[in-house]
Amino acid sequence: MDKIYLENIRYVYSPDTPFEQVALDDVTLGIRKGCITGIIGHTGSGKSTMMQLLNGLAKPTDGRVLLDGFDINSTFDDVFDAWREREEYAKLSKRAAKKEIRGQLAELRRTLCFRVGLVMQYPEYQLFEETVYKDIAFGPANMGLEEDEIRARVLEAAAFTGLDEALLDQSPFDLSGGQKRRVALAGILAMRPEVLVLDEPAAGLDPRGRKMIFERVCDYQRNTGSTVLIVSHSMEDMARYCDDVVVLKDAKVLMHGEMNEVFSHISELSDTGLDIPQVTRLALALRERGVPISENIYTVEDATKALRALFSQQKDGKEASV
Amino acid sequence: MKGISFGQYYPASSVFHRMDPRAKIILAVLYIVSTFLCKNVLSFAALTISALLLVILSRIPLRIMLRSLRPILFIVVFTSAINIFATRGAHRLTPEHWWLAIYEEGLWNALFMVLRIVCLILSTSIFLTYTTTPVSLANALERLLSPLKRIKIPVHDFAMMMTIALRFIPTLSEETEKIMNAQKARGANFTTGSLFARAKALIPILVPLFVSAFNRAFELATAMECRCYHGGEGRTQLNVLHYRASDFVAILLLVGFGVGLWFLNRVDFLYRLG
Repeated sequence: MDKIYLENIRYVYSPDTPFEQVALDDVTLGIRKGCITGIIGHTGSGKSTMMQLLNGLAKPTDGRVLLDGFDINSTFDDVFDAWREREEYAKLSKRAAKKEIRGQLAELRRTLCFRVGLVMQYPEYQLFEETVYKDIAFGPANMGLEEDEIRARVLEAAAFTGLDEALLDQSPFDLSGGQKRRVALAGILAMRPEVLVLDEPAAGLDPRGRKMIFERVCDYQRNTGSTVLIVSHSMEDMARYCDDVVVLKDAKVLMHGEMNEVFSHISELSDTGLDIPQVTRLALALRERGVPISENIYTVEDATKALRALFSQQKDGKEASV
Repeated sequence: MKGISFGQYYPASSVFHRMDPRAKIILAVLYIVSTFLCKNVLSFAALTISALLLVILSRIPLRIMLRSLRPILFIVVFTSAINIFATRGAHRLTPEHWWLAIYEEGLWNALFMVLRIVCLILSTSIFLTYTTTPVSLANALERLLSPLKRIKIPVHDFAMMMTIALRFIPTLSEETEKIMNAQKARGANFTTGSLFARAKALIPILVPLFVSAFNRAFELATAMECRCYHGGEGRTQLNVLHYRASDFVAILLLVGFGVGLWFLNRVDFLYRLG
């Protein structure tokens, strides 16, 4: 089963005003469990809106968001009849069952943001505590965990994102931009979400910072088996780190599938206003000039491998002809 | 919240949208004076008709127009209640033994007060908030008040501050929403708990908001200095305001309307304010 399933989602900003704007238009999409899915699209294609739907921050104008098959925006009336049949409620009187179900639903809603961790764009702007430690501990503390557990999680998340233990007692405002970003990421990872959603996690970072953030996220996915969604408009990063790719265009899903499959339609993608990786463009240009290089080249490593193979082939060919 | 500018500027195409903002400020002032000129049934009737005309001419949907009246609903109800019950007159409508007496004069007074308040709000919203962007309003105020520069009042600086403040309200509100969402994503809860708990829950919003507001202020100041901004001295404008003939016609019409009201006031008909 898909971990997340968006069903006929429609989202409209400022409905019924002259500023009305459709951000998502009848989007249906399943996100595979335990995979890294990249969501790419041009500015204003609805990427960030989609992220906010996943943990209940925004409610769709129409349609359902299913997490493990359960509509996260279910109201009491939606679930009552179905839940009443469940064993744990069947024995209770109607009134007691109602109360139980209401409580259960409220608890589900409260814990939703801990299950689906959302790292917003430029998350360093959300730092507010006196020390880095306290800031990372904000999420776990809101979960209602014990002090020891919080401590363990904060230390683990800080170590995982490569934050020095000495930094934990400093003010987050004294850190560099890249470090702040890592603190913000650690603040979400410390909640150990089963779905991790990142909105442009590497925006504004230098190449080393980008690599660091993406690699940490991949490690988190591998260690915990969680589901990860990454919004980005860098196809190169997507190609390097993602299993699946979703392409959004004008509030609709243009393509969805495994990375290689989607990227093989690269010429169609260029119409969406996305940046095709430089090496891919190079490969395409070489092909145009008659060099028999594969067109599925998205990263520098791919290109190195393909060109090496090509050169050794040529050498073999020459030797053979002699 | 997204996409909505501060105030209630409603983009449309009407005579008022095209008018010079300075003319609109003058019109608003004249209209306010007119509402206070009204004294009797005839002049209030004329005022009501003129307000309806303004609504039609402005081409703003009635639904949006009524929204501007919502905040004053309480004042309207309250003043009319006071007027109905507190006015003593010659024509008592309720029986003797009732504790709260209602007089005919009270009902008239209440009606007039309500009309006056409603026309006041409608006209100022039409002339100023709905059809004029906040920035052009600040610009117009600067031009209108420029004679005060002679007595060393820094009109330009005030107008610039106002423009900047207005410009940043949507930015800051967007920022607040972003920060709130980010903290909600970490499980922050702003809506339940004791008053103290709720006040404390605002810290995760206010701290980042202030930090970014100060940063923005410094950045803006640097950007302005980079472009050699040094106050209003000798500064020219890109879009210079021009009065057009229609602006003068509108002002004359409204002055005429005021004079007309003054004459209507002299006709004795049914009831007039004391």
